[in-house]
Amino acid sequence: MTVFFRILAAFVLFPAGAVAEVAVSVAYLQQQVERPPVLSNLDPEPQDLGLAGAELALADNLTTAKFLGHKYKLKVTTVPENGDWLDAARRVLSETPFLILDAPAQSQLQVADLPEAAGAVLFNVSAPDLAIRDETCRANLLHTLPSGAMRTDALAQFLVKRRWDDLVLIAGEHPGDLAFAEAIERSLTKFGMKLQAEKTWRFDADLRRNAAQEVPLFTQEFGDYDVLLVADELDDFARYIPFNTWEARPVAGSEGLQPVTWSRVVEQWGAVQMQNRFFDQNGRSMKSKDYAAWAAYRSLGEAVTRTQSDDPAVLRDYILSDAFELAGFKGRAMSFRAWNGQLRQPIPLVTNRAVVAMAPLEGFLHQRTELDTLGIDEAESRCTAFKEG
Amino acid sequence: MRLATLWAATALCAPAVADEIWVSNEKDDTLSVIDIETLEVIRTIETGERPRGIAFSKDYSVLYVCASDSDSVQVMDPETGKILHDLPSGEDPEQFVLHPNDRHLYIANEDDAITTVVDTQLRTVIAQIDVGIEPEGMAVSPDGKIAITTSETTNMAHWIDTETQELFANTLVDSRPRHAEFVKDGTELWVSSEIGGTITVFDVATQTEKAKIEFEVDGVHPDRVQPVGFELSTGDETAFVALGPSNHVAAVDAETYEVEDYILVGRRVWHMDFNADKSLLFTTNGVSGDVTVIDVAKREPIKTIKVGRFPWGAAFRPTN
Repeated sequence: MTVFFRILAAFVLFPAGAVAEVAVSVAYLQQQVERPPVLSNLDPEPQDLGLAGAELALADNLTTAKFLGHKYKLKVTTVPENGDWLDAARRVLSETPFLILDAPAQSQLQVADLPEAAGAVLFNVSAPDLAIRDETCRANLLHTLPSGAMRTDALAQFLVKRRWDDLVLIAGEHPGDLAFAEAIERSLTKFGMKLQAEKTWRFDADLRRNAAQEVPLFTQEFGDYDVLLVADELDDFARYIPFNTWEARPVAGSEGLQPVTWSRVVEQWGAVQMQNRFFDQNGRSMKSKDYAAWAAYRSLGEAVTRTQSDDPAVLRDYILSDAFELAGFKGRAMSFRAWNGQLRQPIPLVTNRAVVAMAPLEGFLHQRTELDTLGIDEAESRCTAFKEG
Repeated sequence: MRLATLWAATALCAPAVADEIWVSNEKDDTLSVIDIETLEVIRTIETGERPRGIAFSKDYSVLYVCASDSDSVQVMDPETGKILHDLPSGEDPEQFVLHPNDRHLYIANEDDAITTVVDTQLRTVIAQIDVGIEPEGMAVSPDGKIAITTSETTNMAHWIDTETQELFANTLVDSRPRHAEFVKDGTELWVSSEIGGTITVFDVATQTEKAKIEFEVDGVHPDRVQPVGFELSTGDETAFVALGPSNHVAAVDAETYEVEDYILVGRRVWHMDFNADKSLLFTTNGVSGDVTVIDVAKREPIKTIKVGRFPWGAAFRPTN
């Protein structure tokens, strides 16, 4: 009798129907990586990059939870570069199956392959590498950060649309630069273009003093072209390229017009509200990795709200299902690609001051969703892990 | 130049002859007043920053304006266009609804996850109610007993008992709920979900979902069909639903919940209002910066009227 009344009371208090306790604890597992020095100190990387986004999602989820009787927690574990990464991962996995991974691709794969991670739900918020979404994909590893390919496809769509197809590239020597340069070339091929010329950035002089002398000569050899593409994902030299080129040409890629996950200039689609919440909470503007971490924890929260469950298998199934949708302030409902666990999402093409365009651009069609014109599509995917089980 | 000024002054003072539609221009900090006879803008009135929700008092003697970035609700004399005073509104008021008692305003504070209840006569806040993140859609039942706030990121309709000013139910809807209306004498509550692409119909007595309305516009990807504002025709027979960036308004049979027509309007259609006999419908088109006039019987657009930047809300004002 008493039990009956208690259940009744629970229904009255939470009409949406939470009876058993639903509690989700997420671990933000971060591997510190030393950043190579860059030419300018103007834009230091925030200490809480990524984590701040997860914290905002926690606050968002907690507000919804208040009305449903659900519980959410966020715990941070930071592993120094020479620390025992896998030991830390094992400890975290013994506490919760829900992890946000902020680490290089290889480190993420090591965690995904731990026996303790079987059945876990891991979110990659930091590695743009195509391979971990493709031939080395793992069924327990989802990606809320877009791949480099999604970003460069967005840029290529813009170049096609503007008919700026005579293109040259300057790439840095850092592995991230090379990967981005490779992604650019892949995207240009995909959309029927190719590079007319490519140069490697090998300067070791301090460009703050002599960019005006070096860059014109360096770019003179390119002759005529429409757009100068730059691959400098480290944010080292690209800032010194615009207005120093021999020909008066726009710059795009890692500088000038940039395809990004997120930027403070995104203000349509209700984004202003999220930008304001983020700024109030952290005293700085939201960046791409923050957005990816926000999207990871919000995706989990959305799945918990809709399924009323905290079971990782139930949540993973829901997240990968057609029913799932995340309102991500980029103008369209976002969902996960069931074949490789990538969050499909629009890519803003931005300058420092404004959104120039939002990809997918009008006219780029796809039989499933236009969002799948960005990145690896199902037909070309080499990821098989999601097909099993 | 001089003549124009004189003319404007005369227009301001002369007794109005035709009814009007008032439109808030979010990015111009102005209101555009449209003459329903001539279908032209006859006045442009300055407001506080980022005006969005607008509503007249029952006797149309004052206009309430959500000046979101001024963090206030302004009370305007519609005859003179002068701001009489500000109401305490809480931060970033976006939308509101006037209680049938003509006295209490229920205001969604978008940045604060709060619904503020203001007494417009005493100019005081009488309650603040914690709701979900980014409250936006506001409605109150015809009998005045229930107020609704929808929250865009929490994806809920929050049901407020106006007697106690407390929540008595919270119901999930699809992603990014934007607008709510009580329909059919308050027996149904309709909530539009922008990203979900649906309208959820609730049975008010039980607060349970009764139906879901879905939309499909030819040649427009479902992602871009985003229902926002909606209004009902005479007798609540037909609902007209603004579908955002699909640039269409849907006409929905309110009995069967089936979509009957799609009407092409301007870009990113947002909110709307009717004229007195509901024969004309005026939609605000944010991106194209204009208002589309729809012939309700024919379900056809008949005119486009240029207004300010990012028109948001629309409100009817009779002048006779």
